[in-house]
Amino acid sequence: MHKRSVISAGALLLATSMTLTACGTRGGDSGGGSEGGGDSGDKVAKIGVIAPLSGDLSALGKGIENSVDLAIKQANEEGGIEGWTLEIAPEDDQANPDVGKNAASKLAGDKDVVGVVGTLNSSVAGTVAPVLDTAKIVQVSPANTGVSLTKGEDAENPSRPYANYFRTCTTDAVQGPFAARYLYEEAGIKKVATIHDKKAYGQGLVESFTEEFEKLGGEIVAAETINPDDDKYDAVVTSVKAKKPDAVYYGGEYPQAGPLSQQMKAQGLKVPLMGGDGIFSPEFIKLAGKTSNGDLATSIGAPTEKLESAQAFVDAYEGGGYSDDYEAYGAQSYDAANAIIEALKVSLKDAETAEDARQATIDAMADVTFDGATGKVAFDEFGDTTTRVLTAYEVKDGEWTDVNTEEFK
Amino acid sequence: MDQFLQQLVNGLTIGSLYALIAVGYTVVYGIVQLINFAHGEIFMIGAFGALSTYLILFQGQTSLWVLPFLVLGAMAASVGVAVLTERVAYRPLRGAGRLAPLITAIGISVFLQEFVRLFYDKVPGLDFPSAKQKIPFPQIEVVTGPAIELGPVTIQRAAVFTIGCLIMCGAALWWFINRTRTGRGMQAVSQDPDTAKLMGINVDRVIVVAFAVGAALAAIAGVAQGLLNTNINFKMGFIAGLKAFTAAVLGGIGNVWGAILGGLVLGVLETLAVQFLPGGSPWKDVWAFALLILVLVFRPQGLLGAKVVDRA
Repeated sequence: MHKRSVISAGALLLATSMTLTACGTRGGDSGGGSEGGGDSGDKVAKIGVIAPLSGDLSALGKGIENSVDLAIKQANEEGGIEGWTLEIAPEDDQANPDVGKNAASKLAGDKDVVGVVGTLNSSVAGTVAPVLDTAKIVQVSPANTGVSLTKGEDAENPSRPYANYFRTCTTDAVQGPFAARYLYEEAGIKKVATIHDKKAYGQGLVESFTEEFEKLGGEIVAAETINPDDDKYDAVVTSVKAKKPDAVYYGGEYPQAGPLSQQMKAQGLKVPLMGGDGIFSPEFIKLAGKTSNGDLATSIGAPTEKLESAQAFVDAYEGGGYSDDYEAYGAQSYDAANAIIEALKVSLKDAETAEDARQATIDAMADVTFDGATGKVAFDEFGDTTTRVLTAYEVKDGEWTDVNTEEFK
Repeated sequence: MDQFLQQLVNGLTIGSLYALIAVGYTVVYGIVQLINFAHGEIFMIGAFGALSTYLILFQGQTSLWVLPFLVLGAMAASVGVAVLTERVAYRPLRGAGRLAPLITAIGISVFLQEFVRLFYDKVPGLDFPSAKQKIPFPQIEVVTGPAIELGPVTIQRAAVFTIGCLIMCGAALWWFINRTRTGRGMQAVSQDPDTAKLMGINVDRVIVVAFAVGAALAAIAGVAQGLLNTNINFKMGFIAGLKAFTAAVLGGIGNVWGAILGGLVLGVLETLAVQFLPGGSPWKDVWAFALLILVLVFRPQGLLGAKVVDRA
């Protein structure tokens, strides 16, 4: 009898695990809207934000939300769009595709929403983009690097899956190879072990890295994965250490990459860990501790602090009184919001209601071009950005320092 | 061979954590036949209890003498919450069948997780960091720091602490169960609660003690995990609880020594699977749970045999 109760308990436990990972939206209305903005009109058009505002990745998510908020406030103050007031509508996706889909449905149901900035995670965009596409709401992501979102599943014969989807960042198709070239050519490392977290982003990054690194003549000595829910990666580290790599390339994000780097060094695997933009955060250094010196990351665009074009953004952000840093995607998010605002200037002009302007906004987006915080903002026929500048960063004395910025060709 | 020894050490470390938590599942099950799914969260609360103690009293200190206070703070938090949940959530449901308390336990688990996630940084008068992200755990001298090199094997200091905790707790538990009045009372209740009651044993008290003992060990595991991983987060109890529950079933639920053995076996199997079984790291959980299924099919009472007298 008790045997059966144990088994049914196990079944219940599995059911719990599913509810826990798929439960509904938790209150994400933390942004106070754009009350400070000027009174440029009576009709309201909303720009949604879908990003992780809670959870491990909330540092990045809050940076996105605040940067969009800043762009909207500025647009309203400058008079913005004749007859219209812009507002922000932030939604928390908890970095979870199911939660993100609910957030997208909520925004799609709001008649005032004309555009959405987000998401952070490519996997979340996979469920958000179809919902917004059906509702004809333009989506501009500051951070999705998954290739298939603009080029479809078959990279050889690209076909655009979502006509409403644009992004201001470059993709893994560029970021992985960029990291491979940096390690092989600049750092002179020929033997690398790869680890990823089995998510769309991490796996895509590692695949494109591996292809380029082997093409250059380098050797992948181990290809491992970790479970992002785990905290302890000793077993994988020991296994990788036996293959004696000169660097570890990690596809994933900082909540796992930080502890992984720390545990690598503690286990005596004293080689740099390199990752993509997902680990390029001060949080990574906090989690990885002192031994993270020498670890590397690539990120999209040039370093925000060093760009002349971004100076105005950085100053405005710091003057905006936001309690969180703009983080890795601040400038891209600011540009994404401004791209939507540029398109709205065309589409809202003759529109009766915000809902009427949705399709026109998507059409106008293709022609948007302006000088943004990260450089020239414009989109190609797939919705990808035309600027493909990347930067490699290294941890030096507990801080990310840029070591190489290049236009990827 | 070097790799094998290294993985064995890794496995014993993580297995010790599983074992410390698994004891809580098994002790409570042995007494009230309840799978306390909130036990993983008790472990998480222990880690946060230690962190809170550190932030309030010892901010900036790294000396070893701080550690016992952290453990005490962790235990106070865990035992307090465990006893409270027993009082408000489980006791009113005693005699209400098995399903009601089980579902309540799942509810408590979600409640505790979300409570810490939402309110940890909002404790009035205290400047705690937000629990929505991973929080760095205080690093204490002697038990953290440069790893110990033993020939080809690297042993982290926190791992020594973890395994040491398991040995000490195991010994204390043996003494408590076999040599104290309350411990023998627990054995009696687990064999036959009705007769135990007639013999003058306060069953309610024994149940509270069972929850408290499990929570105390989970609290130690919480501190150990904080030291090992250098950070803690609000959902750390979920996976740890799942694995510890598996360990308890593997060893024979209701059997304390089974839980300890089950934890060690599960930890070692998981880490060895990464290197020596086909599939490598992506498949480690597959092998761990395949073992659980095999044990349940061919030896349903678990490795050491369940020690529960069936009341149903």
